[in-house]
Amino acid sequence: MSVALSIDVRHLRKVYGEVVAVDDLTFAVPRGAVLGLLGGNGAGKTTTISMLLGLLEPTAGEIQVLGVDMLRRRYAALPRMNFSSPYVDLPHRLTVRQNLQFYGRLYGVRALHRRVEEIAEHMQVGEFLDRQTGKLSAGQKTRVALAKALINKPDVLLLDEPTASLDPDTADWVRTYLKDYQAETHATILLASHNMSEVERLCDDVVLLQAGRMFERGSPRELIERFGREDMEQVFLDMARGRGRGFESLRKNEAAQ
Amino acid sequence: MSGSIDRIYALVLRHIHIWRSSVMRLVDSIYWPAVQMFMWGFLTQFLRPQVSFMAQAAGILLSGLLLWEVVVRGNLSLSIAFLEEMWSRNLGHLFVSPIRSWEMATGIIIVALLRSLLGLIPVSLMAWAFFGFSIYSLGLPLIAFFLILQMFSWSVGLAMSGLIMRVGQSAESFAWAAVFILMPISGVYYPISVLPYWLQPFAYALPTSYVFEGMRSILLEHSAQWHLLGLALALSAVYLVIGFQVFLWFFRSSRRAGSLLTQGE
Repeated sequence: MSVALSIDVRHLRKVYGEVVAVDDLTFAVPRGAVLGLLGGNGAGKTTTISMLLGLLEPTAGEIQVLGVDMLRRRYAALPRMNFSSPYVDLPHRLTVRQNLQFYGRLYGVRALHRRVEEIAEHMQVGEFLDRQTGKLSAGQKTRVALAKALINKPDVLLLDEPTASLDPDTADWVRTYLKDYQAETHATILLASHNMSEVERLCDDVVLLQAGRMFERGSPRELIERFGREDMEQVFLDMARGRGRGFESLRKNEAAQ
Repeated sequence: MSGSIDRIYALVLRHIHIWRSSVMRLVDSIYWPAVQMFMWGFLTQFLRPQVSFMAQAAGILLSGLLLWEVVVRGNLSLSIAFLEEMWSRNLGHLFVSPIRSWEMATGIIIVALLRSLLGLIPVSLMAWAFFGFSIYSLGLPLIAFFLILQMFSWSVGLAMSGLIMRVGQSAESFAWAAVFILMPISGVYYPISVLPYWLQPFAYALPTSYVFEGMRSILLEHSAQWHLLGLALALSAVYLVIGFQVFLWFFRSSRRAGSLLTQGE
């Protein structure tokens, strides 16, 4: 794998019994890029992220992250990665500080106390550092989850719907922060989202998934042009409903091949 | 290695923080052993003047009870330490962090040990205060008994934690009860020779039976059978390795089946 690639996925496949959750998925993410995984419910976004993290074993295929074979040596890459998902909580009874210190220790963060203060300030969670995590509002919890995801200054950040169930103001704040963080650190971000404006704003490149397969790939601008639409929301609807110029030309190309 | 120690320390510290935030989580560690101890304590006090054998048997019953609680508490404490991660829907974060399976197992074993001690030491002191019975009269072998029984209980706890990880929280009640199936053949309150011949080999395949036989030997004959305790310790170590392998097997199976993604939801 080229060192310029942070994530390299080849012929990834996941089958549960007779259900094919991800089918022959191949994509690569260059270092410092933001890739969006888009698709409807059950399209395979979370399954793909879980396989990248080693939480789920693929049925077939190869995954390399930061040059490490994740199926055989994932512990070599995990300290340089991190992840956030609204479907995975942080322990409710621990305070925010205790949670951040816990994960900081797991990730081997040096000068941990200073780092906790620093990330708390960045994520604007300093004022409730000593409050139990379970007693925070949804927006506050999301900021804490993001603080946990950034505690080790990861080179590869995987985010599953980072702004799900957030009010527009908080969601906008999160997007701005992620954009700034990526610009500053050149981290590679893989983002699964249902929010099309978020994808347009954050992603350099987008993989459209449908029924576990790659449907289309390109930058948001390229996809919008290819589908002859005005924004990613319409592109997504075309894909989901199997209609429109982009969808028809794709089908023709597939048939020709 | 220092990275491993840091991660194990982090896991232990995380549980200590939880205990400090919710003392009620520790109460059951004392509650059930205390209830059992009082029940058996009063029963032996009632029977002692009426049955001469009971004068000698009282210590055996209470020792058996307290030592069996070492097994029960060890298993429960380990299972609860693991379940805490599931209840808080935290497994996903843990399993994608750099903590390795053996580090996680070591961490929850230390947590289980602390929790068992927090429960059993006060109860053993209550037995002394209320019934004049001191488990510590068993002397030095008590340390070996405790170690053997804890190690064995961890092996059951690890296997049960793996099962819960794979099957889900519906397996919780089985995890609580699993260890009790071994009680009748462990000779907690009676010698193994009481068991039918065909059942005795099963009993001697368990380290628990050597501990309870050893306990009776000390209380009745005032002699410690160290060679049998050595055998029991070796058996416990084997069971601990098997328990960890079962945990790993369930972990790999969970990764294949995707059950790590849905736990706690």
